[in-house]
Amino acid sequence: MYIKPKTLDEAVLALATEPAQVLSGGTDFYPALGDRPVRGSVVDVSGLGELRGVATEADRIRIGGLTTWSEIIRTPLPRCLDALKATAREVGSVQIQNRGTVAGNLCNASPAADGVPPLLALDADVELVSKAGSRRMPLAEFIVGNRKTQRRADELLTAVLVPRVVESAASAFVKLGARRYLVISISMVAAAVLVDDTGRVADARVAVGSCSAAARRLRELERELVGAAVREGLGRRVRPEHLQPLSPIDDVRATAEYRMDASLTLVQRALNACIGVF
Amino acid sequence: MATARELDPLADAQSIAFLVNGRKVVVTSSPSQRLSRVLRDELGLTGTKVGCDAGDCGACTILLDGDPVCACLMSAGQVEGCEVTTVEGLAHREAGIRLQRSFLEHGAAQCGACTPGMLVAATALIEKNPSPREDEVMDAIGGVLCRCTGYRKIIAAILDAGTLSPQQLSPAAGAAVGQRLIRLDGKRKAEGSEIFGADETPAGALAVRVIRCPHDRARFHFGDLAAFVRENPGIEAVFTAKDVPGKNCYGVIPRFADQPVFAETEARFRGEAVAAVVGEAAVIEALDPTRFPVTWQELPALREMDAALVSDATLVHANRAENVLVRGRVVRGDVEKALAAADMVVAGEYETGFVEHAYIEPEAGFARRVGDQIEVQACTQSPYMDRADVAAILGIAPEKVRIIPTAVGGGFGSKLDLSVQPFVAVAAWHLRKPVRMVYSRNESMVSTTKRHPARMRLRGGCSRDGKLVGLDLVADFNTGAYSSWGPTVAARVPVHGSGPYYVPHYRALTRAVHTNLVPAGAFRGFGVPQTTIAQEQLYDQLADRVGMDRLEFRILNALDNHTPTVTGQVLGEGVGIRACFEVLRPKWKGAREAAADFNSKASGPLRRGVGVAGMWYGCGNTSLPNPSTVRIGLKRDGRIALHQGAVDIGQGSNTIVTQICADALGAPMDRFDLVSGDTAITPDCGKTSASRQTFVTGKAAYMAGTQLRHAILALADACSCATVEFGDGAVVLREDGRSRTIALGELPLDQHGYVITSEATFDPPTSPLDENGQGTPYAVFGFGAHMAEIEIDTELGTVRVLKVTAAHDVGRAINPTLIEGQIEGGVAQGLGMALMEEFFPGKGENLHDYLIPSAGDIPPVESILIEDPSPIGPFGAKGIGEQAVIPTAPAILNALHDAVGVRLKKTPATPDRVRSAILAKRKGDARG
Repeated sequence: MYIKPKTLDEAVLALATEPAQVLSGGTDFYPALGDRPVRGSVVDVSGLGELRGVATEADRIRIGGLTTWSEIIRTPLPRCLDALKATAREVGSVQIQNRGTVAGNLCNASPAADGVPPLLALDADVELVSKAGSRRMPLAEFIVGNRKTQRRADELLTAVLVPRVVESAASAFVKLGARRYLVISISMVAAAVLVDDTGRVADARVAVGSCSAAARRLRELERELVGAAVREGLGRRVRPEHLQPLSPIDDVRATAEYRMDASLTLVQRALNACIGVF
Repeated sequence: MATARELDPLADAQSIAFLVNGRKVVVTSSPSQRLSRVLRDELGLTGTKVGCDAGDCGACTILLDGDPVCACLMSAGQVEGCEVTTVEGLAHREAGIRLQRSFLEHGAAQCGACTPGMLVAATALIEKNPSPREDEVMDAIGGVLCRCTGYRKIIAAILDAGTLSPQQLSPAAGAAVGQRLIRLDGKRKAEGSEIFGADETPAGALAVRVIRCPHDRARFHFGDLAAFVRENPGIEAVFTAKDVPGKNCYGVIPRFADQPVFAETEARFRGEAVAAVVGEAAVIEALDPTRFPVTWQELPALREMDAALVSDATLVHANRAENVLVRGRVVRGDVEKALAAADMVVAGEYETGFVEHAYIEPEAGFARRVGDQIEVQACTQSPYMDRADVAAILGIAPEKVRIIPTAVGGGFGSKLDLSVQPFVAVAAWHLRKPVRMVYSRNESMVSTTKRHPARMRLRGGCSRDGKLVGLDLVADFNTGAYSSWGPTVAARVPVHGSGPYYVPHYRALTRAVHTNLVPAGAFRGFGVPQTTIAQEQLYDQLADRVGMDRLEFRILNALDNHTPTVTGQVLGEGVGIRACFEVLRPKWKGAREAAADFNSKASGPLRRGVGVAGMWYGCGNTSLPNPSTVRIGLKRDGRIALHQGAVDIGQGSNTIVTQICADALGAPMDRFDLVSGDTAITPDCGKTSASRQTFVTGKAAYMAGTQLRHAILALADACSCATVEFGDGAVVLREDGRSRTIALGELPLDQHGYVITSEATFDPPTSPLDENGQGTPYAVFGFGAHMAEIEIDTELGTVRVLKVTAAHDVGRAINPTLIEGQIEGGVAQGLGMALMEEFFPGKGENLHDYLIPSAGDIPPVESILIEDPSPIGPFGAKGIGEQAVIPTAPAILNALHDAVGVRLKKTPATPDRVRSAILAKRKGDARG
């Protein structure tokens, strides 16, 4: 069964009726099949125009779940989302950016999902809609592990909601991989830094991906950075113990030890990039 | 068992309407089917290639409403109402036409498997941005992988798409050699009309799913196979070892043949075939192999060479003691004495991992039985070897087997071995229906050969003034479960282990060691790229120890026409290695100074380094016959048929061999009709490997061309000084101001259907090697030297190659554009081997875990062609295919040491290994 609803209501009704896989951009859906044809029912949500695009609301920015990475690149966004734009440019390739969606990236919940660190850093929420209604939860709670989320089978991730409290913060994203394009990261870091009138850090956010089952925030580091004078650079304030929330593994891309070591450098560089120090 | 519904792909078929290349189409398809399949299978638009089905390679790139997307990642249902442009539609778009022309002129298409995706991605860019910068071009094509070209000619072609030179004309008679001619098969590649292994499906073809062992080693037992066939509508048969009509054993070197089509009771590697399920294509595609009635009993397996070499290790093959497939040996002089007496001695140990060929085209083809004969159409590098093996497997005479090679979407050595051929042949033989098989990327990576992992220990010594006195090399190669080309690697390496230098005292001992891993076979260079990594790093260390410039050390020791090689061969002529090094001198000096200047000013984490490495490589088989036979025929219409069986795997033999033949005959290129490899209509030109086609087949074509010229002259008793002009239906002979026209239309035809047939065979003159490996292993060597300039981020361990300068002695550059293409592609593979490529069996058999360089990883490559003619090669030409890949990795690794003072024991130099070496060095330095 292949259902292609035209509205969100139709889509969630279909998902409530029988278990089905959700297809949007297809950039994770098809690779997961290997060389097998699709089995079971599919709800193709790619036609839901209402879930596409970015809107600025009173206290948050709403990124429609079906917004593609190319649309993120093209859309004017506040400074705190510069990191997300930078991420979008690093997702796979132009071909993937043209089809892959923000919601798909979050729901696939790969430990190396490029979209997670920049949104996690901004305390983004996700909005989940089912026939029964809608609910919101922090992205940090939504992703519970390697390819595991709290999305129920009858729900769609309809939007990502980014609070505007730090929208003027500078943000940066750095991705480390063993080649230039089409690369799964060894580690990646998103950072956002809000600087007050006196040149001190008012708020700092740092999230690291590919170094634990799901991307993690470095809260201790964030707390220590508040009040720091940016004039001297922020990178030098990062110490190995700040990476304690990470639990990297050895895999074909790199050793766990290297991931920790390199992440320290990436965190330093992301923070410095936020304040224009390179 | 699968339900009938699951097995029926049309159960939920719908009509889907969309625009393709400006034409409205309506297809009936399951809406969840991948768009790539609909385009290829329903609409016949096979220009859209499928390389991975995962968005990892971009070969299937199409335009969806003007934007590039991967057709393998979209459902048919998502394209309803949209506009799709495939490579076949580029001829209707201004940017597409310009790009196609520019690709041809620049030689940007080699095998042609990535070309459609590249052209489509580039069209999207040029339509929005007619004058892009280089980084914009890279961003646009970064999602399309290419394994042949090294990307630089593609990038140049896109940058130059706006400025076209005038259309190329065929050169005058006798002036083809040395010209940058557009490859003869280029237009088909740029149009997407070239037929590769998966691009034809005979009507009514059945499909095959091979059941493969999921363990490194396992015994197995089948359940009720007859019941399985009965209970699964659409499945026609299951074949196992019992069903192989002839010998259930094949191998590229008959003396070592050991690989079964289907394992009989025990599978020796993960991925080995045990059975084939044959049936209707849709049913086979939906088949879940885990439901196949087989039980596995996993057995302890040997993965490491050390484990395989211990005295009581289980033997992978009972008849191969100590798990050693074969040993290689070359000994000259007394290396122990020489090293004991040497002023400087350096020792080293190096390791390299499995490297995957990663051609963009996975293996594919079909077979059909024609009476008591079988025809196999598949991608292959070696049609006549395939013929012999398929004949033995079916138990029929080789003449009853016809091998029709398709265009090959990259081979690099792995398509010398059989892949789909035995399965489709056995099935078609029994079922008397056409049977087709297309490997998935995973199946290709799991089951086909790899570059041998190597472990090399060596000691080298030189005098205080830098003269090499001895080299002692011991190298073991993990050859996996079956022999494949293991014997060739073990034999080639000792001959080449010295590098292109005079080394008076030498000992090289090699072993190919069996383990329970995927067979390692031929991969561009047969083990020589691995040992060159060790040897060239060792020579750098010797140069440093005696305080000599590393390039001057190499120049001092370079072989010349009169110094003997390590097998005692004195080449006499055509030893161009010194010229290759010398041409690098000013560039080396400049690059070293620039790097030193950069480093002295660097305050951040970046450091630069420069490295150099040399190479030599023998063309053709090692001390074994490897003839090529070329036939040409003069036709009644005055045109010339060129039967050349060398398979063009992208390197350009179709064009090169024609250029050589044309000039030998004295006919313009456009008089030739090319008849390419097909065992029914072309004589045996051997395999496309060992850098032998330009040299061996080229020489046979030269001889056949010369013979035909003489035969034409003999028709009129003309002197050898006469010129021959080829007109329509006639040849005109001119001599001393007189001319004579011979009308061809009335002349009798010979057994081949030609007025005159000329056939020539060339087999390079070599001699067997004695027990110490002394003799003449090759008639011709190619030489070269690469210089790599790199930048390393010391905090992350990442290496960026800034430039490679590649000097190669090619004897005579028959087609400089094609030679540069080989060099740039070789550099890209060498860079991958140096920095990112390592295949781990069982982990990541796909193109996102196994990384090959993308467009953004390849630096500018400056090719410098040295022409020191070979006395034997056609017009002096030597091979270039493998030569190009060998020096890049050691040059990069030497540059890494130059930049930060570290040498890695294990290649590739991935960021974690480089960083770890830097940290270890710092610790060591701190301890003093």
